[in-house]
Amino acid sequence: MTTVHRDHVHLAVALDGAGWHPAAWREASARPAELFSARYWSDLVAEAERGLLDLVTFEDLLGQQSSRLEGPDGRTDQVRGRLDAVLLAARLATVTSHIGLVPATSVTHTEPFHVGAGIASLDHATNGRAGWRPQITAWPHLAAHFGRRTLPDLDVHHLQAPGTRETVAELFAEAADAVEVVRRLWDSWEDGAEIRDAATGRFIDRDKLHYIDFQGAHFSVRGPSITPRSPQGQPLVTALAHDRVPYEFAARSADVVYTTPHSRADAAAIIAEVEEAAVTVGRTGEPLRVFADLLVFVGADAAARKERLDELDGAPLASDALIVAGTAAELADLIEDWRGAGVDGFRLRPGGLPHDLAGITGDLVPELQRRGIFRTAYAEATLRERFGLARPASRYAAAS
Amino acid sequence: MPKQIHLAAHFPGVNNTTVWSDPNAGSQIDIASFVHLARTAERGRFDFFFLAEGLRLRERKGLIHDLDVVGRPESLTVLAALAGATERLGLAATVNSTFNEPYELARRLATLDHLSDGRAAWNVVTSWDAFTGENFRRGGYLDEADRYARARETLQTARELWDSWTDDAIVADRESGEFVRPGQGEFRHRGEQFDISGLFSTPRGPQGHPVIIQAGDSEEGREFAASDADVIFSRHSRLEEARTFYKDVKSRLAKYGRAEDDLKILPAVTFVLGATEEEAAERAAAIRTAQVSPQTALAFLESVWGRDLSDHDPDGPLPAADPDPDEKLAKGWARFNTDRAALARQWRKVAEEKNLTTRELVIEVTSRQTFVGTPAAVAAQLDEFVQTGGSDGFILAPHLTPGGLDDFVDEVVPLLQERGVFRTEYTGPTLRDHLGLAAPRFPRKDA
Repeated sequence: MTTVHRDHVHLAVALDGAGWHPAAWREASARPAELFSARYWSDLVAEAERGLLDLVTFEDLLGQQSSRLEGPDGRTDQVRGRLDAVLLAARLATVTSHIGLVPATSVTHTEPFHVGAGIASLDHATNGRAGWRPQITAWPHLAAHFGRRTLPDLDVHHLQAPGTRETVAELFAEAADAVEVVRRLWDSWEDGAEIRDAATGRFIDRDKLHYIDFQGAHFSVRGPSITPRSPQGQPLVTALAHDRVPYEFAARSADVVYTTPHSRADAAAIIAEVEEAAVTVGRTGEPLRVFADLLVFVGADAAARKERLDELDGAPLASDALIVAGTAAELADLIEDWRGAGVDGFRLRPGGLPHDLAGITGDLVPELQRRGIFRTAYAEATLRERFGLARPASRYAAAS
Repeated sequence: MPKQIHLAAHFPGVNNTTVWSDPNAGSQIDIASFVHLARTAERGRFDFFFLAEGLRLRERKGLIHDLDVVGRPESLTVLAALAGATERLGLAATVNSTFNEPYELARRLATLDHLSDGRAAWNVVTSWDAFTGENFRRGGYLDEADRYARARETLQTARELWDSWTDDAIVADRESGEFVRPGQGEFRHRGEQFDISGLFSTPRGPQGHPVIIQAGDSEEGREFAASDADVIFSRHSRLEEARTFYKDVKSRLAKYGRAEDDLKILPAVTFVLGATEEEAAERAAAIRTAQVSPQTALAFLESVWGRDLSDHDPDGPLPAADPDPDEKLAKGWARFNTDRAALARQWRKVAEEKNLTTRELVIEVTSRQTFVGTPAAVAAQLDEFVQTGGSDGFILAPHLTPGGLDDFVDEVVPLLQERGVFRTEYTGPTLRDHLGLAAPRFPRKDA
C-alpha cells in the first residue's frame, strides 16, 4: 500500500456526451452521431488509459439533460439522452486493463440492493477497478418518472430557503442510508466464504455469509448480497459536494470527494470545511481524498474555442466548477498551485470530447510528468490501491 | 429446406445441476468464466447467451443453502461487460418485473442494446414473494395473483418508453444546430400499476425493443408469452410433452394477430457426450452422482417431506413417516411451490418399483439429462426434436463452468451444420436477425 507517491497528483476525467460545453457536439472533432455507441466510449476510455489517468467518471441522471435545473427546456440544439452509467462502465471493463471506472447512480429512486450488486459486479468484471458516485435525485419532475413518491418543489436559486434546505438534507440522509446498505452488502460475504468442501458437500461456509438487517426510515434490507465479495472488497466510493450537508454526506459515506473551488484560497477553505464535516460526523480511519473539479479547454486556442462554442450556444458557458481555458502549462501551473493548498487530485471535465481529452493526455500529462508530479506508468492492481487504501476485511469477519 | 435450429447457452446456475466438485469446475463469479463460455457459444454461432437471476439466496431450515453453487453477478452488468468480449452473440438477461421500476428497467435494457449493437434480450420473470421482498424498498407487497398483471404492465410501459424516441431522433447536424428532433422521450402512462410521465432518458436501441423472453408455464404465463414474448424458455424437454406444449402455445398466437414464427419455443436441456454410447452413459451416470451428493439427496428429501431428516441414511430406503404438509423448509425454490404430499407419494412409488435407496431415488427423479450419446446421436436427436414439432431449438445448460460447452461446440455443432439445420455464419448483426424476428412495429405517432 506504500506504492502511492505522496508527491503525485491524482487525475480523473469526467466523461459525458460530447463534453461539458453544451455546444461541444458542433466542433469539427466531435462525434455527435456516435454518442450512444460502444465504439465512441471505447475510444475515449482507451485514450484516457493511454494518458495513465487514475479513473474516468460517467455522469447519469434518471431523466434528460436540461439547461434549466428545475425541469425540461424543450431545446433541440444540445445533446439530449444518456446511457445507463453502470452498464456503460461495464461495457468498457473488458477493453481496458488499468484505469478506474466510476459510474454515477441515483440513490433516491433506485434499489440499494440492485445498485450494490451492480457495482460489485463491475468490480468483478474489472478485477478491482470499480468505483461509484451515489447522487441524490431531488427534482419533482424526475420523481414523476417513477411515480412512487412525490418530492416537494425546490427553490433552485436559494438552497438555504426554508423547505428546500430540509428536503435536501433529508435526501442526503437517505443517500447515506443507501450507501450504508450497499457497503454492508459488499461485506456480507466474507473473504473465503467459498470453500468447495467435497467431504461435507458444502460449496460455501454459510457462517461467513451475513444478513445485514438494515432498518432505516426509508427502507429495510435483509441481505446477504447475491454477489460474492468483490476484488476490492469495498469499491471506491466518491461523491460530488458543494455545500456543508453534502460534505457531511461525503465524510460519512465516501472515500473521495469532488469539490468545486474557484481559487486556491477557495480550495483551502473548502478543505477546511470538509475536515470540519469529518469531525462532525465522527469519521475515523482514512481521511477523505479531496478532488477539485475543473471544466477545461486545453490548448493554445482554448479561449477562442470556448468563445466560439458560447456563440453557438447563445450564452456564455456556466458551471458549478471553475472554467479554465488555457495551455497545458497554464493548467499544470494551476494544479501545482492548488496542490499547495492541500488538494489531492483533480477531476477534469473536458469542454469538448474527444478534443480536450486528447489535450489532457497528450499535453497536460507529459507536462505534469516533466514536473515530477504524475506517474509514468500504472503500478497498482486495484483502484483502491491507487489511492493508498488497503483492502478492508469484511466488517462481519471479526464477529464470526 | 429443413427447419433451422436456434441454440442458446445457459451459464451454469445456482442449483445442483452445476457440478462444482469436478476438478475442471472453475469460478462461477470470475469474469474470465463468463468470457470463456460466451466466446465458446459465439464460436459455435449460437443465437444467445443466457443469464438467470437471483434476488435472495435460497434457504433451508432457516439457513442459507450451502450445498450448491452460491453467488452470481448482477446480470445486466456482466452482460454489458460481455458485449465488449463478443461481437455477434445475443445477450439475454433475466430481470424481475416486480422488484424493478419500468423507467429504470427500460433504460438499462435500451443501454445494453446500444452497447451491444442490437444484441439485448430480456427474460421477464415475476417472482413476487415476501421472502425476496425483504431485500427491497417495497418489500413483499404483491399478491401472487397480481404478478402477471404487474409483469404485463411493466413490459407494456417499457415498450412505451422505448417507443418514446423515434429511430431517427438523433440528427446531429452541426450546420443547422439541430442535435435531436423535438419531443423525444415524452411519455405518459396511466394504468393500474403505474402512473408515470415525463421524459425518457435513452434513445431507442438498434433493435427497437430488445428480444422478450418469457418462462411462465401456467395458463396465464402461456397467454402472456403468446401475446407479448419473442421467445419462450420452456421446461418441457421430453419430446412428447414438448410437442403438446409447442402445439398449445403456437395455437394461441393467431388471436393476437401473430404468426407461428413470431414466437420461438426453446426448452432448457442438458447433454452428455461420449465417443461411444456406453462411454456417454457412464459419464452421464457419473455426472448424476456428482450432482446429487449424499447431503444434497437429504436436502431434497427434507424439502419435500417438510421434516428434519439430517439423521436419515441417504443410502437406505425412504423414511417411513409421511411428509408434514404444513412445514415449508425450503425458501427460494420454485420447484417446491407444489403439492408436496402428492410429490412424496410419487417418489415413494418410484423407489418401491425400482428398489432404490434415498440417494438413488433423488438422482432418478431430479436428474435433468436430456440428450446422452455420441455427438452423431445427439445431433440426430436434436434435429428430430425440432423437425417433429418439439421446439424451435434449445437452451443448453452445461453442468460445468466454464468449459461445459466446449465439446458440444467442437463436436455437435459441426454435425448440425452438416445436416443443414444450423447456421455456419451469422447473417445479421442483431439478435432479432439470428432469431428471424421482425423489428417491432413502430407505433404511429398520430395513431
